[in-house]
Amino acid sequence: MKRHDGKQRNIYDEYLERDFTDAPESEGLALPLDRRQFLQLAGGGIAVAFCIPGSLLAQQRGRRGGEGQQLPEDFNAFLRIGEDGRVTGFTGKVELGQGIITSLAQMLADELDVPLESVDMVMGDTDLCPWDRGTFGSMTTRFFGPPFRAAAAEAKAVLVELAAEKLGVTKDRLKTRDGAVYDDAGQKKVTYAELAKGKKILRHLKGAPVEKPGEFTLVGKGLDRRDAVEKVTGRAKYAGDIREPGMLCARILRPPSHDAKFLRVDTSAAREVAGTQVVQDGDLIAVLHESPDLAEQALARLKPEYDQPAASVDDRTIFDHLLKVAPPGETVAEGGNLGAGQSAAHHVVENTYLNSYVAHAPMEPHTALAKVEGNKVTIWASTQTPFALKDEAASLLGLPAQNVRVITPYVGGGFGGKSNNRQALEAVRLAKLTGKPVQVAWTRAEEFFYDTFRPAAVVKVRAGVTEAGLISFWDYGVYFAGERGSQHFYDIPNHRTVAYSGGWTGVPGSHPFATGPWRAPANNTNTFARESHIDALAAKAGIDPVEFRLKNLKDPRMRRVLEAAAKKFGWSPAKAPSGRGYGVACGTDVGTVVAHIAEVAVNKQTGSVRVKRVVCAQEMGLCVNPEGARIQMEGCITMGLGYALAEEIKFAGGKIHDSNFDTYTLPRFSWLPEIETVIVDAKESPAQGGGEPAVICMGGVLANAVFDATGARVLQLPMTPERIKAALARV
Amino acid sequence: MRENVQLKLNGKPVSLEVDPGRPLLWVLRYDLGLTGTKYGCGEGHCGACTVLVEGSAVRSCLLRVGAVAGKEVTTIEGLARGSELHPVQKAFAEHDALQCGYCTPGMILNAVSLLRNIPRPTRSQIIETMEGNLCRCGAHKRIIEAIESAAQAMGGGQR
Repeated sequence: MKRHDGKQRNIYDEYLERDFTDAPESEGLALPLDRRQFLQLAGGGIAVAFCIPGSLLAQQRGRRGGEGQQLPEDFNAFLRIGEDGRVTGFTGKVELGQGIITSLAQMLADELDVPLESVDMVMGDTDLCPWDRGTFGSMTTRFFGPPFRAAAAEAKAVLVELAAEKLGVTKDRLKTRDGAVYDDAGQKKVTYAELAKGKKILRHLKGAPVEKPGEFTLVGKGLDRRDAVEKVTGRAKYAGDIREPGMLCARILRPPSHDAKFLRVDTSAAREVAGTQVVQDGDLIAVLHESPDLAEQALARLKPEYDQPAASVDDRTIFDHLLKVAPPGETVAEGGNLGAGQSAAHHVVENTYLNSYVAHAPMEPHTALAKVEGNKVTIWASTQTPFALKDEAASLLGLPAQNVRVITPYVGGGFGGKSNNRQALEAVRLAKLTGKPVQVAWTRAEEFFYDTFRPAAVVKVRAGVTEAGLISFWDYGVYFAGERGSQHFYDIPNHRTVAYSGGWTGVPGSHPFATGPWRAPANNTNTFARESHIDALAAKAGIDPVEFRLKNLKDPRMRRVLEAAAKKFGWSPAKAPSGRGYGVACGTDVGTVVAHIAEVAVNKQTGSVRVKRVVCAQEMGLCVNPEGARIQMEGCITMGLGYALAEEIKFAGGKIHDSNFDTYTLPRFSWLPEIETVIVDAKESPAQGGGEPAVICMGGVLANAVFDATGARVLQLPMTPERIKAALARV
Repeated sequence: MRENVQLKLNGKPVSLEVDPGRPLLWVLRYDLGLTGTKYGCGEGHCGACTVLVEGSAVRSCLLRVGAVAGKEVTTIEGLARGSELHPVQKAFAEHDALQCGYCTPGMILNAVSLLRNIPRPTRSQIIETMEGNLCRCGAHKRIIEAIESAAQAMGGGQR
């Protein structure tokens, strides 16, 4: 697929936009596992054939790219038992900070009955690990977890069978514990290591049952991160820490803006820097040196010329522009009759909500090292999609995919931005051209320039409430954010939700630069708009905002988290604005439901907001590692302060004005509120996503708290002091 | 122009033939193979490249290697004593005060420098000192708790 800017569309874009909780079956997007199978796999205890996850993933893949790829059926692809008794788990998922290096080991050790300490994880190595679509969409525990656990269950069943033969005892008299098989009299024992001998296990046993929640020994326990010691000692390797003999560091000439047209370049002065190699291949102009700072010096001596067209849009005019170029809408959901709902309404509220472009800004910029030896390619990359990169690199060089190996060391944050592998393909190209291993490590300015920003978006909502405080109609249109999270979950008889340009890449002529998925894509925008509007209706109806939500909410999971958050916070009912600065918001993402309550103080003179406290209750089905889940919730809340209060890209046309953290503000220590997290127990239900849900409410909960403090409704994110002062002036 | 620069690095003498104007960050990472010190922004805004010079936190992306001639430099690799972690490292691990871990070396070294200057810091002193270190994953809450716990473990003294 080609994008409007001529760049290859990421084949995963369409897939990424879904969170698989609200995808209509009629669209042919089958869930990788349906609800019933999930229950079986995640704890129902009913035997499930191991081939099910693979075949369903394959079915889904047929529509979404990654042709010919699926999870292997052989359990040996997921784990190996060494001669020393150590167990290695293999996954195509990568560790970006979300903590799956711990939770996956936890699942494996529990299912296999081996000590957690004996498990090592190999992640994101395309030669060693089973195929994977990518680490995004909070899919590891939900979709990789079940087949991973099933592989361990099958391996354990085979080991028991082998032990029965070796010990001369029937299988029903054997038990497994600490990596060994024992007879029930405690007389005979054989270890997994003795049975497997470090080799692939050739026997298979379909249908081995996975553990039920009551049988868990490790799953459900809060465990500390297993990568912590490597990370606190500096031993943890990231893509930029890999060294190969003869390696060169590349710095690449970048245009001053996305719409600049390259005319020519004088490279003579750069060539004078000792030890520098200059490469020019079509649009790729790079200088290479053993040290990146010396490559940088040479880069500064290039004299390029560009043609720069006048900017057509900027960060102020973008919203009008987007509405002007919006394509026809697609109805996401509808029911009842809007006209009837309007007639029944006592109050009608109509608002337009806006949010700006937001950067991913991981602390580690995009980095890669590529080595081309003959027709073999090895790439070490900071990527969320190593298997996609393997295919992209093979296609770039015209090689069969099996000639390319992608190794993913620790990744220094991704948040959706590292689904784009541009830096790695640049490294591959330069390694091919120079014949040397080449490292491409983007500077912070390059990271900002080539980031696939969270798109600027507009949401228009018109809704009404009856005299009795019931929402009678809901008419919702979202432009350019995407549809994830756009469907409301309240009990509204007459409603319509329409998405205009549902995807985050926009349509030709919409965004002046690349946009893409940003942690809980589209849902941050949609939840901000929906929860702000629900709050506005509550205020019109003169009802406490928690009570108003409960009054209009039947969904038992959502009610439960909202009640849990209110209880933890110590909520006492009052009409907003109460002056207390309390706000509430709830939402759902990747199968998980969340409710947030926040307390803020607003300085009416300066317009600044101090977030004092945030309580978050989350129900995520079976929670594998509550400690890891809490860290993700805290991270979501802290990160969410940024897009709610400060983060926005300033630009004119294709020129990005932000190039570093002096102008683009990330949340800092002094912003930190008191954070309290509640995980609502639901261990009998299938595991849902944990990396994204708690970020979605941050815009809404803070906007509602600002309203409660001041009576001013801020309709645009981020809620900068200027926008808050402007909203105060309108009160 | 290359010159001889001598310094004490992680407790050991080091002699370099290097352009003294080059940033210490790149000399550490590429000439000396100490990759625990990270590049985050290159302009002193994020703190990922923090090292200790004579015990105090300094941003190595802005520091010329010539400026540390004759001085003692500690990077994250030099903080533990053998397999015994520094109390701040230990506290970060015990509190899960990290996620992706990329900002962690800079966070830890800045915290070590803080506890050297103020052995029993208040929460606001911790926040004030750590304010310039950026973390995108949002581990801030646990980082503060880890520093408080390390200060307590060190009992107001130095290690």
